[in-house]
Parts: sequence; C-alpha cells; structure tokens
Amino acid sequence: MFGLHFGPVFARSDALVYGFWLTLQLSASAIVLGSLVGLSAAAVRNMGPRPLRWLVQTYVEIIRNTPFLVQLYIIFFGLPSLGFKINAIEAGILAMTINLGAYSTEIFRAGIESVHRSQIEAGQALALTRLQVFRHIVLVPAVARVWPSLVSQFILIMLTSSVCSFISVEELSGASYTIQSETFQSFEVYIVAGLVYLALALVLKMAFAALGMRLFSRRRIKPIALHLPEMQP
Amino acid sequence: MIRNFGPSEILFLIESARWTLLLTFLAAAFGACGGLAVALARVAQTRAIRNFATGYIAVVQGIPVLILLFLSYYGLSRAGFNLPPIVAASISLAIYASGYLGDIWQGAIQSVPVQQWEASASLALTRPQQYRTVILPQAVRIALPPTVGFLVQLVKNTSIVSIVSVVELARAGQLVNNATFQPFPVFITVAAIYFVICFPLSLASRSLEMKFNAYRGG
Repeated sequence: MFGLHFGPVFARSDALVYGFWLTLQLSASAIVLGSLVGLSAAAVRNMGPRPLRWLVQTYVEIIRNTPFLVQLYIIFFGLPSLGFKINAIEAGILAMTINLGAYSTEIFRAGIESVHRSQIEAGQALALTRLQVFRHIVLVPAVARVWPSLVSQFILIMLTSSVCSFISVEELSGASYTIQSETFQSFEVYIVAGLVYLALALVLKMAFAALGMRLFSRRRIKPIALHLPEMQP
Repeated sequence: MIRNFGPSEILFLIESARWTLLLTFLAAAFGACGGLAVALARVAQTRAIRNFATGYIAVVQGIPVLILLFLSYYGLSRAGFNLPPIVAASISLAIYASGYLGDIWQGAIQSVPVQQWEASASLALTRPQQYRTVILPQAVRIALPPTVGFLVQLVKNTSIVSIVSVVELARAGQLVNNATFQPFPVFITVAAIYFVICFPLSLASRSLEMKFNAYRGG
C-alpha cells in the first residue's frame, strides 16, 4: 500500500545498533539504581522517623504526578543553570533513576506491608535485630510477592528511555530520528525501531520472569494481586 | 531580547494547559471506544479474536508512546492524509490508551464471578443482554479506580507530543525557556501545573479504590 523501502534504513544499521546498545545501558543503569532508591525509600517509609517518611511520601507523589519529560528538562536544563555540570546521558540516567525510584518505592511498600505482623513478631522472639528481621523476614518475601509488578515497571522505564532522545541522547529513538532526517524513510525507520522495542520488551519480560523463578521458586510465595492504578506506562 | 519570567509567561503556560486537557480528553474518548472493543475481544468466545486482542495489547504495551506517535504521524502522511499534527497526536495517544484500557477492562470483566454469567444465561439472556444488564455494570465499579489512575498516565504522556510541535504545556514550557533562559523556574512551574491536574485524579483513584475494597470486605 505504501511502497516501503527499508534499504536506506538498514544501510544505517550501525547507528541503530549503537542506539540499541545505549538504550540497554540507560535501562540497565536506571533499573539497578532506581531499584536501590526505591528499596531504601520503602525501608525509610516503613520504619524511618516521621519527618523522613513524610519526605519520602512527598517525593513519590511529586514524581508520580508530573511527566517524565518535565523531570528530564528540570535536570538537564535546570541543574546547569544552578552550577551543576551534567551531560545528556547522565541527565537521562539520573531522571530515569529518580522516576523509577518513586514507582518502585510504592511497589516495595505494598510488598513490605503484605508481610504479616506475626512473622515479624516471630523474628523478634528469636532475638533477631531490627535489620535482620527486615532483611530475612520482611524483604525477601516482600520482593517475591511484588516481583511481577516490579518487572512491569522495569519494562516501562525501558520504554520511557525513548524520551531521553528529547535532550539529544542518541539512544534507539534518537538514532531513528537522525536516520529519518538523513534518509527521509521516516515511516520505515520507526517500524524498525518499534519492532526492536517490542522484541526487547518481550525478551526482558521473559528474562526477568526466569530470574524471578530462580530467585524465589523454593519459597512458594504466592504473588499478590497489586492494585496500583498509577503504574506508569 | 531576553524576557523575564513574569506573570504573562505564567499565564501563557496556564493557557497552553488547555491543549493538554483537550488532548487528554480526545485520547481518552477515542481510547475508551477502542479499549472497550479490545476488552470485549479479549474475552470473546472465538479463539482467533481473543488471540488478536492479546497480540494488540502486547504490541501497544511493548512500544514507547514516542514511537507510536511517529508511526501515526509519518504513517498517515505516507498514506496520503495531510493532517495537522494535533490529529496524529490524538490518534497515537488514543491507540496507546486503548492498549492499556483494554487490558484494565478485560481484567475487570473477568473478575465478575462466573456464577453471574451462569445465572443470567439461565434467564435466557442473550450475550449482548448479559453484558449490558449483568456483567458490565459490575465490571465498571471494579474498573473505575485503575481507569482514573490511568488518566494520570495519559495526562503526563501528552507531554510527548510536544515533539511534533503541538503547543501544549510541555512545548509551551520549552518556548518560554527559550525566551527567558530561566529553565529552573519555568520547568518547575510547568511541573506544578501538571501536578495540579494529576494529583486530584490520583487522589480520586485512591479513594475509589478504598471505597471498593471496603465494599468487598463488608
């Protein structure tokens, strides 16, 4: 119907491959760092002092109710105006980390709250310290329960990495934009990019599901159905 | 000439939020029609229709909104339609919304107990009658909190269409920043306007959720 020409697009596959690689790097950094932020924030929200809890709650609400793009602009354009030097890739990773941190805080919190009070009391009765109770009794079952929601959020942040092309990061979307401006095969480029994202999303989903099986299979914990309406697509 | 970030700039930002709201409304309206079709197809009696709907949801949820936007933007122009950017933007956001709403609503339809289907079938209701009088009224209550929550995502993702120069809130922020070179106050203001739109929706979603859970518990 359209007469599609993929030749010029594949002639620039070097840029696509580099972009794909950058998308992977951005996503992996954000997933690792964002989970750490979310985990720490959830721990603080669960057992920290009251002002800190309030601070975590404010962080979560602000991030979840503003667009990623604006968060990215504030970091990329705002921080240098305050005297912090930051390049586009660093700004992208920072914004993705802060964003995923807020969403994963809510997910971890739901998991932590699902651990029954009697479990914690049993741990205290065995003279475990607060930290030991948190680590062995609360944390592992909590993460096992919310693993599916967490994986969805990881995939969403991978898709969100495409927005980093707005500040000239040459990840998969940025590379596609460059290629379409050189070859004018705009529709074809974005078909290819869309298929790559789709494949990556499906592979990540399977890989994380397998990882979850491996990490949590012996514990026989049923995942809870999470009602998190504001999960970020 | 460098302008100062003053009241008239703030007013310009607030006014451009109208386009954000309009985009959200259009995407939600068309996305809801598409989403209902996807949800019903997902629980259809024919396997092929079910598989198609499952595939549709997987594809829409596996592709970034930005790429969906470019695909409809360039795809439509390649097909010979010379449409203004805001139409392509609304279409791509509607497709995005239909994928997620279809998924949410399918879950809601399936969480209506199977006995409701059996009871209404034994009253000789046809399938459309079952949907209209028995299943959907119950599914709507289950679906309402996550649907309102999804609207927050939709409002936020309208910011992405700023790349095809639709002057909605995010693009207006960019323009003001280019004129004033005061990125910090400008984008904080933009974020605050988004927050004012989104936060009440988040709260509404949460209170609906609590209401529903209380009902289930009692």
